[in-house]
Amino acid sequence: MCLGIPGRITAITDPARLMALAEISGVRREVNVACVAGPDLGALVGRWVLIHVGFAMALIDADEAARTLEALRDLGEAQETLEQLALTEEALR
Amino acid sequence: MRFASEFRDPVLARALLAAVAGKAEAIGATRERPVHIMEICGGHTHSIFRYGLDKLVHEGIEFVHGPGCPVCVLPMARVDECVAIAERPEVIFATFGDAMRVPGHRKSLMQARADGADIRMVYSPLDALELARRNPDREVVFFALGFETTTPSTALAILQAAREGLGNFSVFCNHITVPEPIRALLEDPDMRLDGFIGPGHVSMVIGLRPYDFIARDFGKPLVVAGFEPTDLLQALLMVLTQIAEGRAAIENQYARVVPENGNPVSLAAIAEVYERRPSFEWRGLGEIESSGLRIRPAYAAFDAEAKFGIGYAAARRTVPEIEGCACGQVMTGRLKPTQCPQYGRGCTPESPLGALMVSSEGACAAYWQYAGARTAAA
Amino acid sequence: MTLRATHVTMAHGGGGRAMRELIESVFTDVFRPPGSEDQARLAEEALREPGARLAFTTDSFVVRPLRFPGGDIGKLAVCGTVNDLAVGGARPLWLSAAFIIEEGCEVALLREVVATMAEEAARAGVRIVTGDTKVVERGKADGLFITTSGLGVIPPGRDLGAARIRPGDVAIVNGVLGDHGAAILAARGDLALSAELASDCAGLGHLMQAALAAAPGITAARDCTRGGLASALNEMAAEAGLAIEIDETRLPLRPEVVGVCEILGLDPLYLASEGRLVLFCPEAEAAAALAAMRALPEGAGAVAIGRAMAGEPGRVTLRTAFGGARIVDMLVGDQLPRIC
Repeated sequence: MCLGIPGRITAITDPARLMALAEISGVRREVNVACVAGPDLGALVGRWVLIHVGFAMALIDADEAARTLEALRDLGEAQETLEQLALTEEALR
Repeated sequence: MRFASEFRDPVLARALLAAVAGKAEAIGATRERPVHIMEICGGHTHSIFRYGLDKLVHEGIEFVHGPGCPVCVLPMARVDECVAIAERPEVIFATFGDAMRVPGHRKSLMQARADGADIRMVYSPLDALELARRNPDREVVFFALGFETTTPSTALAILQAAREGLGNFSVFCNHITVPEPIRALLEDPDMRLDGFIGPGHVSMVIGLRPYDFIARDFGKPLVVAGFEPTDLLQALLMVLTQIAEGRAAIENQYARVVPENGNPVSLAAIAEVYERRPSFEWRGLGEIESSGLRIRPAYAAFDAEAKFGIGYAAARRTVPEIEGCACGQVMTGRLKPTQCPQYGRGCTPESPLGALMVSSEGACAAYWQYAGARTAAA
Repeated sequence: MTLRATHVTMAHGGGGRAMRELIESVFTDVFRPPGSEDQARLAEEALREPGARLAFTTDSFVVRPLRFPGGDIGKLAVCGTVNDLAVGGARPLWLSAAFIIEEGCEVALLREVVATMAEEAARAGVRIVTGDTKVVERGKADGLFITTSGLGVIPPGRDLGAARIRPGDVAIVNGVLGDHGAAILAARGDLALSAELASDCAGLGHLMQAALAAAPGITAARDCTRGGLASALNEMAAEAGLAIEIDETRLPLRPEVVGVCEILGLDPLYLASEGRLVLFCPEAEAAAALAAMRALPEGAGAVAIGRAMAGEPGRVTLRTAFGGARIVDMLVGDQLPRIC
């Protein structure tokens, strides 16, 4: 359900209707930013948003994204260590 | 960061798969006695098949594909009502592409278009608004379907139409909500689910709290997940971890997009324009209390049901589903798509009996597309 | 002869003076067919060689919008038929062109289309030797439809066909995929997308000749038009009675094409390309084929994407970047944009 994709706001096109230009992989489309707009519309320019059916539905939190990736990398390292241990054990057997 | 490709890293995925396998072993899940994890959202079903996750995970994990595909759960009667509206000569009927092939009793929207109805595929409700502005002498009806993710966009479109005084724009509302059918599934005594992967984009609108009853009243874990493959695997690992530790909580793997309390502007727009229907019909699940939305009387001018006296605004409406179609049992996880007697026989993507074979998110279509259509009948 | 009208009217299809003015001023003055009879009379040395065969193909072209970044309907009509001949191993020689024109069509647009056709034909080394026009009432056609048929010569001993593909043959494409389909979606404007995307539309006759000269063992080739690479591979796998496996990490795709697909929920494997082909050749000749293709502009992006193998006949599998595998089946109908 609910195809949503990350895009970056590049310009405000119609402040009255809360419309802005978003870029997704080099493709541009006007989107409505009512759901993510603060008092200063201009502050949205450069922000990453999650776009669904022509609406920016959420601001993407870069810190949270980094934290998620960090947790995954830690897990990756831990897993590697486990595999190394298993290999060593096997070699010693 | 692009917030997409980083979460498709095969190296991270391998670590996650190993960790998932470890947890599955720890809780004693086997091929014969698997843990059943339902991904509620059709988008997750699509990702699972697209990346082949169902084959990559430990054999003791069984994904049960949930009812989270708005096209799949749309009852035939609603499609018939769409066709009836679309066939009115004054109407331009605007719809997302997803709904075009869903069969009604008489015809699908695709067939109605071939027969002369003016049906336009749009990407956004905003495009339907633009159609109304450009065609002042026609009635533009937007076919609003979808869960809480999509509801704010149609609410905002109605609010915009009201501001502009667009008298020739209306919405045929089929919006439905996620928590109610989950409750219905959990109350079913046949249901054997061990945990849930929660819908990421619905949750960015409604937040985490509407799911609390799942952990509190039914003792099942739910982890809200993003749509990239490592998102799904990480959420699966979080669900298994809860099971292993004997906990049941609502957790959030998709914190980069989903705030705990959702999106206040979206929620306000929904509350302003829509109210709950006493009940709404779900294909395969029947009528579910409080699971559908309708347009409030204050915005009746933009309500296609009121404007055309159709659907829940009409006196009689329930029409039986087609005989032999087991979509309901597949959707509730009682049957796998390939166990349906019609799969690959009476029901194929070329001539679908049921909605699960129509939408690319439908579990049956996904099986067909990604998991081997031609082995189906074997 | 001069033509003063700015728009085509029903009179231009009536068989009288107006029709002659249109045909001569817009078409024959540019195409310069060899004679004025209603048939082309053709002589070709290559046909006299014992064992040489004629190749004959036909295709109709409809597209909205008629002009798009990277080409127009005329370029499509010439390249499409040239490519149908080329991928069968023929040297394209002659084309016919039939035009169904909607009443009200701009004469300037017709001239533009005819000019691109003449230009593409010259580039491909083919001549447009015969043709026809019809005018239909407004609303009975979408501006302009073109049907082109083509004749070419297959030299003795050459026999390309999907049934000849062998297990182990390498699959090669000549460049990024899906640009045409994505450019058309964006150019239509009804989805309000904009991107620096141009159609990949190109004639592939010279490319095929170069590839065949460098790798005479090429077994089969197809253009990746309607239904994209996925459909071409499915057809080939079925006819060969083999399985085909391609590698997602090797598929050449422009970020903008991926972007259009992500926004609309489409799969780029099924997007049309109008200047792309996929060919199969024995592994021993793959490097030579790639080098020969990369030496030409229309093959600069040539890359090996997978191979044919023994396996379930007709099955096309994609190895995902992620380590999984998924089946790439034929589409039932068109891909529709989706939100779910």
